[in-house]
Amino acid sequence: MRGATHAKWAACAVAVALGATACGGGGSGGSGSGGGSKGIVSASWGDPQNPLEPANTNEVQGGKVLDMVFRGLKRYDPKTAKAQNWLAQSITTNDSRNFTVTVKNGWTFSNGEKVTAKSFVDAWNYGAYLKNNQVNASFFQYIDGYDQVHPSTGQPTAKTMSGLKVTGPQTFTVRLSQKFSTWPDTLGYAAFSPLPSVFFTNHAQWLSKPVGNGPYTISSYTKGSQMQLRAWKKYPGPDKAKNGGVDLKVYTDNNTAYTDLTAGNLDLVDDIPAAQLKNVKADLGGRYINTPAGIIQTLAFPFYDKRWSTPNAQKVRTGLSMAINRAQITKTIFNDTRTPATDWTSPVLGSAGGYKAGLCGSACDFNPAQARKLIKEGGGIPGGRMTITYNADTGSHKEWVDATCNSINNVLHNDKACVGAPVGTFADFRSRIAQHKLTGPFRAGWQMDYPLIQDFLQPLYFTNASSNDGKFSNPQFDKLVNQANAETDKTKAVQLFQQAEGVVRDQMAAIPLWYQNGSAGFSDRVSNVALNPFSVPVYGDIKVK
Amino acid sequence: MGRYVIRRLLQMIPVFIGTTLLIFVMVNVLGDPIQGLCGDKACDPATEAQLRSEFGLDKPLWQQYLTYMGHLFEGNFGTAFNGQPVIDLIGTAFPVTIRLTIIAIIFEIIIGIALGVLTGLRRGSPSDTTVLLLTLVVISVPTFVTGLVAQLLFGVKWNLIQPSVSPDAPFDQLVLPGLVLASVSLAYVTRLTRTSIAENRRSDYVRTATAKGLPRRRVIVRHLLRNSLIPVVTFIGTDIGGLMGGAIVTERIFNIHGVGFQLYQGILRQNSQTVVGFVTVLVLVFLVANLLVDLLYAVLDPRIRYA
Repeated sequence: MRGATHAKWAACAVAVALGATACGGGGSGGSGSGGGSKGIVSASWGDPQNPLEPANTNEVQGGKVLDMVFRGLKRYDPKTAKAQNWLAQSITTNDSRNFTVTVKNGWTFSNGEKVTAKSFVDAWNYGAYLKNNQVNASFFQYIDGYDQVHPSTGQPTAKTMSGLKVTGPQTFTVRLSQKFSTWPDTLGYAAFSPLPSVFFTNHAQWLSKPVGNGPYTISSYTKGSQMQLRAWKKYPGPDKAKNGGVDLKVYTDNNTAYTDLTAGNLDLVDDIPAAQLKNVKADLGGRYINTPAGIIQTLAFPFYDKRWSTPNAQKVRTGLSMAINRAQITKTIFNDTRTPATDWTSPVLGSAGGYKAGLCGSACDFNPAQARKLIKEGGGIPGGRMTITYNADTGSHKEWVDATCNSINNVLHNDKACVGAPVGTFADFRSRIAQHKLTGPFRAGWQMDYPLIQDFLQPLYFTNASSNDGKFSNPQFDKLVNQANAETDKTKAVQLFQQAEGVVRDQMAAIPLWYQNGSAGFSDRVSNVALNPFSVPVYGDIKVK
Repeated sequence: MGRYVIRRLLQMIPVFIGTTLLIFVMVNVLGDPIQGLCGDKACDPATEAQLRSEFGLDKPLWQQYLTYMGHLFEGNFGTAFNGQPVIDLIGTAFPVTIRLTIIAIIFEIIIGIALGVLTGLRRGSPSDTTVLLLTLVVISVPTFVTGLVAQLLFGVKWNLIQPSVSPDAPFDQLVLPGLVLASVSLAYVTRLTRTSIAENRRSDYVRTATAKGLPRRRVIVRHLLRNSLIPVVTFIGTDIGGLMGGAIVTERIFNIHGVGFQLYQGILRQNSQTVVGFVTVLVLVFLVANLLVDLLYAVLDPRIRYA
């Protein structure tokens, strides 16, 4: 029986080797049902990057859930992007700096707890406190006392912000560190959501199944694979869910999600893969939407590199802008899911919100002769050639960067003037930008946090602002932005912001490329599908046949 | 035999340490994981510093590695950036991929060896030529093409299966992905078996067995096949590790939330804890599979003995 002894030894060896790793199996949970349950919408999803805390979620996948599970003081209208009072009874101020907030009565979290002024103040203090590692902490930076709970170096000296004071069960006051007239309009962002006390008392349990005050409750959550949300019957708000619930399923590849949609296994895909844009009309017919979203793509410049910050370099930057044939690229590469940009904001703001078509003027028109002339006058491209750095892992960036370079090269009659410089992963791309090591233009995409013209300008071009990756700095621009923030009249504030945008144009601080649309496809089981200005589907309005 | 196994197990230790060190260094050379956490924006410097010290990323690399290995021997694989312990991710992802691999290996063994024996015994016949041609086609077509075509035909056009696998990934849903995953290896197994059988057919022991008057079936199965399987077993053994780690393409196409999915996402987000944890387990799988293969030699070929 030699065979038997061999086998015994082999089994032993495996047992020993496996024992050393102490790998625990088991622990599977969640029921896997396909699309098609009664009244339930099944939709594509991606694995959220961070735990689902409101102040720790700044990407769209986690944002989808927060949008269903939370409601804040304000809510942005899914169609017009206008900020409307939601849980706020009123937000008043006399000086654009001290605000009094009154929270509506009658709102509760889905576990029955009342939503009070304290629910907001505690949540905001949690979000701002450095030791809680919240990636959205900077949203609270305008509140007085932020520097104590979140110093830029060293340890925090306070746990709560001195600018927040609860003055009654439903009222609290906010003192800002500077004048900021449109500050109330920022409060529709998910980071400003209220939190129930269980969030603080039993954090781990809350994380495994978040509890909020929105039209949906989470009925089951299997991390990394799916989340089932069900309509909350006692939801007190006016935007009750029009369906029984939403099943979010994680897809690694949006091509698979699209295939599932065409096979009828999925009701909603909110990110149509670029490769399928050609077939989408034939596959889905009218069940495809393509609407503007608050996203603009630009090319930013490394102003920390001397060669790009000389006075003459402005001419080169403007010339480069004129050398890019935006209309052709958006048509052939993006199948019209992008629109050539003519300012530095987004059409979703509306003209009252600060969007101004054509603000860029001739600097954004394709004009080869003028482009050649300007670049020549400015002393040519620094070093004779440049690279456009981008991350190659997502979003078909390679295609448009190559096309943009081609366009520039054709204009300059030089095959080597511009080449794309891919970086493998987004994380690596970010770290190169953060280290200020780039020597040429780089891809810069901006998705708005809240629909205000301020959000398209201040974080990107204000001196040392949080997302001013190219280190652009202009005293005139800074002055205008400060004036605009102090201005109590909204119309005047918007005008001042547009003047500041004029400085961005004259300096060509970044080349605006195109406005991005959100796209989605849906099955014939569902109707009334729309995307909000943040390109997140308006799940609550979807009707199931 | 016992001493051989112990020696092999001891040899695994330096290999294990070496590979994990390499992976650890490579993942860290890729770039800064904290930057990826903050999405399209730059992290504010204070939060960045806080995260860095929390994950121990502010320490020198060798110190990070030692701490990591220390935790590893306590069975602690660390925490992924989304707050989940890596051990939980391993616990949910590996059973799925193991199921997928089992199906793929079964396909390889049953179809691959059967075809190999068939063609090996009838070299030059039309069926042999057909199988050879077919395997050539399968080898030359990349997996993602086979996968997408199979998904389109079976899932969308004929509606026989769901194009994507549900999160639970039961065996029946994994049959088609398993076949796709196995396809290339299957072709290799067929060709290996065929050559090996054809070669051994003329060997002395087969002639002896036939001369003894043994029935044909017994000659083929007991004597010819058993001895011809050595290269095939080597191939399948190393393939187990390859299939588990290399299922990234197949897992993406059919949306299977297994090892490939976690590795892919871990690399994209520069989540070093996840990547190192998963690769560590994969290294162990490779080592164990190799040991098993070596032990199987002795079972298959009486001439091989370990002392």
